[in-house]
Amino acid sequence: MTETVLRTGAERRKLNIDMRALSPFIALIVLAIAGTLINPDFLTASNILNVVTRSAFIAIIAVGATFVIAGGGLDLSVGSMAALTAGVMILTLNSLGSADGGTLALGMLVAIGLSAACGMTNGLIVTFGRIEPFIVTLGTMGIFRSLVVWLAAGGTITMRNFELRELYRPVYFGSIFGIPVPIIAFLVVAAIGALILYRTSFGRHVVALGSNEDVARYSGVPIWRVRTLTYIIQGICVGIAVLVYVPRLGSATPTTGLLWELQAITAVVIGGTALRGGVGRIWGTVVGAVILELVANIMVLSNFVSEFLVGAVQGAIIIIAMLVQRSVHRGR
Amino acid sequence: MDAILRAENISKSFGPIEVLSGISLDLRPGEIHAVIGENGAGKSTLMRILSGHLSPTKGSLFLDGKPITFSGPVDAERHGIVLVHQEILLAPDLTVAQNLFLGREIKRFGLVDDKAMRERTREILAELGTKIDPDVEVRRLSIADRQLVQIARALLVPHKLVAFDEPTAVLTPIEAESLFTIIRKLKENGVAVLYISHRLNEVKAIADRVTVLRDGRHITTRDIEGLEPLEMARLMVGRDMSKLYPDKPTTASEQIILSVRDMVVPGYVENASFDLRRGEILGFGGLIGAGRTELFEGIVGLRPAHGRISLRGESVHFRDAREAMAAGIVYLSEDRKGKGLLLQQSLRVNLSLAALDKFTRGSFIDTGAEEKALDGAIKDFDIRTRSRDLLAGQLSGGNQQKLLLAKMMLLNPRIIIIDEPTRGVDIGTKEQIYRFIAGLAEDGLSVIVISSEMQELIGLCHRVVVMRNGRIAGEVDQAGLSEDSIVYLATGVHEERAAEIAAGHA
Repeated sequence: MTETVLRTGAERRKLNIDMRALSPFIALIVLAIAGTLINPDFLTASNILNVVTRSAFIAIIAVGATFVIAGGGLDLSVGSMAALTAGVMILTLNSLGSADGGTLALGMLVAIGLSAACGMTNGLIVTFGRIEPFIVTLGTMGIFRSLVVWLAAGGTITMRNFELRELYRPVYFGSIFGIPVPIIAFLVVAAIGALILYRTSFGRHVVALGSNEDVARYSGVPIWRVRTLTYIIQGICVGIAVLVYVPRLGSATPTTGLLWELQAITAVVIGGTALRGGVGRIWGTVVGAVILELVANIMVLSNFVSEFLVGAVQGAIIIIAMLVQRSVHRGR
Repeated sequence: MDAILRAENISKSFGPIEVLSGISLDLRPGEIHAVIGENGAGKSTLMRILSGHLSPTKGSLFLDGKPITFSGPVDAERHGIVLVHQEILLAPDLTVAQNLFLGREIKRFGLVDDKAMRERTREILAELGTKIDPDVEVRRLSIADRQLVQIARALLVPHKLVAFDEPTAVLTPIEAESLFTIIRKLKENGVAVLYISHRLNEVKAIADRVTVLRDGRHITTRDIEGLEPLEMARLMVGRDMSKLYPDKPTTASEQIILSVRDMVVPGYVENASFDLRRGEILGFGGLIGAGRTELFEGIVGLRPAHGRISLRGESVHFRDAREAMAAGIVYLSEDRKGKGLLLQQSLRVNLSLAALDKFTRGSFIDTGAEEKALDGAIKDFDIRTRSRDLLAGQLSGGNQQKLLLAKMMLLNPRIIIIDEPTRGVDIGTKEQIYRFIAGLAEDGLSVIVISSEMQELIGLCHRVVVMRNGRIAGEVDQAGLSEDSIVYLATGVHEERAAEIAAGHA
């Protein structure tokens, strides 16, 4: 192809890239306006804070998913991993018994350690087994899920110590300077994620790996380490999400974290990260997670669609988001 | 004779940019018409217009004397105009016969008639003088055979004009020669052939008339009689090209810097041994598939290999490219788009990728330093880019090669291995790259050049090692460097045939 032909394409494409980065924010604004028109209660501080708080788990997990996907991978096991981590964390807290900060800290450490280990398992199998990440994480999704069911003996794992629950409560329900703790947690995670992805050589290596594995290898990028690390980061993000999630209900059930993988991947895709890897947009992902929760919220506030169909709507959103990405890409 | 297809004053603009302006040419039956020009001269655009893939902004086409506009490539094909693409566009998991008839299957009672298609495929392949099995899957074929299948597919429809877009880019001299036989046969059958290439010796050997394009303009159309490759190059570039190769640096020493013994790359290379000296440009010649690329990928740890490597007298073994780089050895892949550069990323990201450690302050990347390095690279390597914000994939082949060189030179290597340094690079950039390579040797570095272009090996290297079928067939020193000696080692035939091949290609 001649250079000159590409030249015109280039200008159009540049505009597209801007569009892709901007589109989640535009969608967010459009949704907010739509919500306000549908129900005046929508645009109240309490409702907005509520929506963003509820989106925190998915947003935190999706920040990790942004790393995995930008690096050319995929992790379907996050929902099951969250359930397993929550279950094990509660069981640990229950067995320790005493209601003090040390117990809580130890439980949290166990949660993060376990989820990081789960992520590392995914990463090592994908990297050294050279198996499609789709298959690997589909497998571990089943494994993690049935481990929770087994641990809970089919029932519910509940925090038994009431004092410990009270001690832990503020992590979900509390707020600092009027901002709920989950929102702070998710902003901090996103900020650290953005710093790592955009400003460190590891982040650069993730993007290179996702763009073209061969080029990364021929350029001396330690691709095995980088790939495994993206899954570990995903695991740690799941762990952090669990830390915020557990005090909300104080229990884990076999249905905890169900379809979270769908929501996390949807948030990433809405955010403009390319599913084939090579582009990662942390802030887009965060907005994507908020958009998902907004849609659910609008469905609850309006009476157009039954709120039981939230999953269906979210499923439709990921498909539409992909179609939009495709059409934006076309014409290159 | 009257032209089959005539273009009059064809112009093509993309947005505000005119890539072709006022091109006229006529394609006559029984004639091979070559179009030559540097990358970006507009050859491909012209060919796409003639074959219906693009419509001209201005000007008109005449088919058998009547004005015509093609609605698309299918329409053009219906009028007997077919294009053989440069890239291989075949479904790798389908058989040869299935590929040939893909989208135009022969049917009987609504079901595909495999038997008829197989027979017809066999006929066409036999006409082309090849014995490819119609039932073999395309992915099992060599690149050359795939190209033949692609040509067969194009010739399946009734054709009056066949256009070839750089058909020999991936072929060895012998394979190219059999392609030329096919093209000459087409010519004898009264077909008009449009032949696009920037290999000038090839054009000299096969074309009847030559049209030269430069910067989207028609420079001249001449009979091949009396038009020598050097003159073609001058017309293409617009200046004198008699000195394509720089003087060989006199820095080649006796000091052995890298010594490789009994290197084995399973499936590709058996027991390869050679020495590389300080300040030397060492060529590696041979046919495509001889194992040259695999040998060096094995040495730098990019594929499993074993053998003894000693670097400055110390025994080393590299498990991946990173370790080789740390030891001062870099390898520049022949596959720039697939293995060299991240086409979807910016020039800055590409430039610093291999040497990213040099651009970090604490744990963070120093973007300012990266930008400065990019400024330096654009200047030192003469990377021609309209804007610094382009993606690597938007650069021309030559500028991509310069960017890849710049990227690897940031590692401050002592040994540079360049695989096909000028593949897909226009002649003006070639000269720059040759000068750069010579400059490296003058600075006391050692360079290994793997090339399928014999002229390049002869013009550039101090010594040439030739591989054949995964083994080192021999070595030619500076005094003995000639196409004949390289072809002999590369093919094992030392007959007139080999000399003929060499004369045709080089």
